[in-house]
Amino acid sequence: MRRIKALIIKEFHQIIRDPSSILISLILPALLLFIYGFGISLDYKHLKIGLVLEDTSPDVQSFAKSLSDSPYFSVAIGRERHQFDLPLIEGAISGIVVIPSYFSSYRQRPDLIAPIQVIADGSDPNAANFVQNYVQSAFQNWLVQESISSDWRSLPLINLQPRFWFNEQLESRNFLIPGSIALIMTLIGTLLTSLVVAREWEKGTMESLMATPVKIHELVLGKLISYFLLGMLSFVFSTLIALLFYHIPLRGSWLLLTFTTMIYLITALSIGLLISTAAKNQFVAAQTALITAFLPAFMLSGFIFEISSMPFPIRLLPLIVPAKYYVSSLQTIFLAGNVWSLILTNIFIMVCIGALLFLITARKTVKRLD
Amino acid sequence: MSETQPLVQIDNLTKQFKNQIVLDHLNISIPKGKFVALAGPDGAGKTTLIRLIAGLLLPTEGKITVAEFDTVKNPQAIHQKIGYMPQRFGLYEDLTVMQNLTLYADLQNVVGTDREETFKKLLAMMNLAPFVNRLAGDLSGGMKQKLGLACTLLHKPTLLLLDEPSVGVDPISRRELWGFMGELIGEGITVIWSTAYLNEAEKGDMVILLNEGKMLYAGPPLELTKRVEGKVFLVKDIEGSRRTKLAELLNRENIEDGTIQGSELRLVTRDGIPEEGWIPTTPRFEDAFIDILGGGPGGRSALAEKTPAKTEEKSIIIEAKGLTKKFGSFTAADNITFSVQSGEVFGLLGPNGAGKSTTFKMLCGLLRPTEGTAFVHSLSLDKAPGKARAEIGYMAQRFSLYGGLSVQQNLDFFSGVYNLTGAKKKQAVDEMIQIFDFTPFLDVSAQNLPLGFKQRLALACAVMHRPPVLFLDEPTSGVDPITRREFWNHINGLVEKGCTIMVTTHFMDEAEYCDRIGLVYQSKLIHIGTPDELKELAKTEKNPFPTLEDAFITLIERYDGHEKD
Repeated sequence: MRRIKALIIKEFHQIIRDPSSILISLILPALLLFIYGFGISLDYKHLKIGLVLEDTSPDVQSFAKSLSDSPYFSVAIGRERHQFDLPLIEGAISGIVVIPSYFSSYRQRPDLIAPIQVIADGSDPNAANFVQNYVQSAFQNWLVQESISSDWRSLPLINLQPRFWFNEQLESRNFLIPGSIALIMTLIGTLLTSLVVAREWEKGTMESLMATPVKIHELVLGKLISYFLLGMLSFVFSTLIALLFYHIPLRGSWLLLTFTTMIYLITALSIGLLISTAAKNQFVAAQTALITAFLPAFMLSGFIFEISSMPFPIRLLPLIVPAKYYVSSLQTIFLAGNVWSLILTNIFIMVCIGALLFLITARKTVKRLD
Repeated sequence: MSETQPLVQIDNLTKQFKNQIVLDHLNISIPKGKFVALAGPDGAGKTTLIRLIAGLLLPTEGKITVAEFDTVKNPQAIHQKIGYMPQRFGLYEDLTVMQNLTLYADLQNVVGTDREETFKKLLAMMNLAPFVNRLAGDLSGGMKQKLGLACTLLHKPTLLLLDEPSVGVDPISRRELWGFMGELIGEGITVIWSTAYLNEAEKGDMVILLNEGKMLYAGPPLELTKRVEGKVFLVKDIEGSRRTKLAELLNRENIEDGTIQGSELRLVTRDGIPEEGWIPTTPRFEDAFIDILGGGPGGRSALAEKTPAKTEEKSIIIEAKGLTKKFGSFTAADNITFSVQSGEVFGLLGPNGAGKSTTFKMLCGLLRPTEGTAFVHSLSLDKAPGKARAEIGYMAQRFSLYGGLSVQQNLDFFSGVYNLTGAKKKQAVDEMIQIFDFTPFLDVSAQNLPLGFKQRLALACAVMHRPPVLFLDEPTSGVDPITRREFWNHINGLVEKGCTIMVTTHFMDEAEYCDRIGLVYQSKLIHIGTPDELKELAKTEKNPFPTLEDAFITLIERYDGHEKD
């Protein structure tokens, strides 16, 4: 026990003196949360489009007004389609909506289909889809309003009233920030841990430690406990920023949140320690940690890219990425609440992966240099 | 354990990494209470052997017992008994002296009043008491070494394993360390000390001499030097160039080995028959080492033979005028002024961190001086850096080759760097291949070359463009004595053809080859003179024939004394 304590004290002396540990554990989380809180947004607001009005009837004016008033578009109005060709090619606008000269005649059609042309920039498919769908629904909306105000014809048969559960305003920040906490835990658990062990190999201090009567499990526990504590500190810090600064709702219990985080952190630490049994210099350690833990946590966890929309064989990969279970738990606890069936399953799988990794690490780590 | 039992017993030990045999069937018994020097050049297998004894590596074949514990079956018991200081001391540089000591005390179960007493005793012994709150990384090489040693002595080990403790440590601290070793042996501790310096190995009670994984000798050092007793002579008052004389003597059948010692030559003969004027002298360990290996490499230098002689008149080639370099508030080089004539070997000698490398880098244009100017061939490195640098061949510490490139690719690359093209390039590269016998190694990656060949390749890359001035930064540290002699054969040959050589070193044997030495200490050039002049300065009644190392220590201590007054 005294030896483990001595190792932990040593580790914290080093963490305090080493700017890079502080950087990864406190500054980086703040930076990531800032980027995902303010910088990156997956919502389309103020999407720039060009609106070509070939017709100038009151109907058209009214429809154009409803488009420009919407928070989702920022509209530039023109008379000629060609004047928007160049901006579209340059990517300055995401689409062109053309209201042709024969627009007003829609009233004569039995099904009220309006001949609106939408040209969207297919090189950004998400935005293109959005332009298309939104113009469509904007027209439907406008129709409804028109019919109310003019009492001109009967209402359409179906009136869609969408409600978004768990994330009412569809704020992408609300699921990005819980997701980035998973990234931060991965960075500390895997990257930082494998780096500090590799540094001990590089500086020759590991060799010194191994020649003392310290037992190998004490060495491993010393690292594990130290970086577990650092990770939890960083977790508290990030969660406070998320709740107090970004006002992300926490609908589940903080106890469950903390417990899930502990489980994931131990799993991430096991990966870090496993890497350091093989990687004995910082360069290799950093590369391995990035490829095996950070990138999967970023791309295969459902943090940004929806897993269900991945093609078949790749869709199976996330199943072995522990971050997937953590991201899903985090998003659930923050936005939906304590959904026990889901979270318990996630925790169970993380425990299994963690235990397996820990077992391999324990078998691989020997008090020897070869 | 009975007194007659050896403390460390090594039986038929072989260690293999992948395809490379690092240690080859060793059988050694190390008795208790001895100071054992484990000597050999870099790559001889010293570190591997020490790690095997410490139970940190598994033998491929054979076995080792330490105090009757098997290193494979019972490493934990061995770790209770040993103190081990790896290369670079194994300290946490971002912890303070006290935090380092406390950590190792905790790990070694030294607690309570026992701990306080041990700390007190060790801090006093190592003179570290005033620095307990300093970061280990901010200590000098010598102090780091003492702290590293203190950390291994906390639990009073039976066996102390020190891996190259004297690397990066100035001669003064090194002497101090030997003093401690005496005390430890007195307390019954056995010390195994590995070193690449053969003159250091001589001081052991027992020497284990390794070369390329094979044991050449194990026993008392005096017994080994007996091999060459009566065969070693000094040649004084040489007419003409001592370098030409040495080359000529080395080519004789009966001369086994020869080195330059200031203005004198030191020769090892095969038959022990001196010529007139040769004075017999005491043999050294290195003489015996060369003898075991079957003699030195002779005196020829294919490189020098292929180098056209320069006919210019003697002139000043390298000039440093008031060179000062400041890194923030720290002055790394302080007002350094000297000049080097053509055809001269000038050495900068000094402890680590004294400012040798900084001065050196300013002279070859790698660092811009804060004040002062450096000239090469009257070209200012400030104003005409490109032109001045074209006159220079530079061989960096640790050879700085591209490890991943083959020999051929390294040669091609460096010829390109020095602006050689077309037929000229091909000729230069082919010539180097021929001179240094690279033909069998052309496709081998530089990193996989034997150390001696790495050294040759580095030299080849530095001289390919036939520079009149050659800068060598610690050129032979760690290489075996034969390779070192071969290297100096080339350098001596080049000097005879009119090349000018500038060399930094902390290796006394290497300094002896210099015509003049600048002694650098605490960022200042404190003395300039021939090796003999420096020795003369250090002459005392007690020590009428000081070695260069004695001179070095005396002059530095004297300087420290002045500073204090």
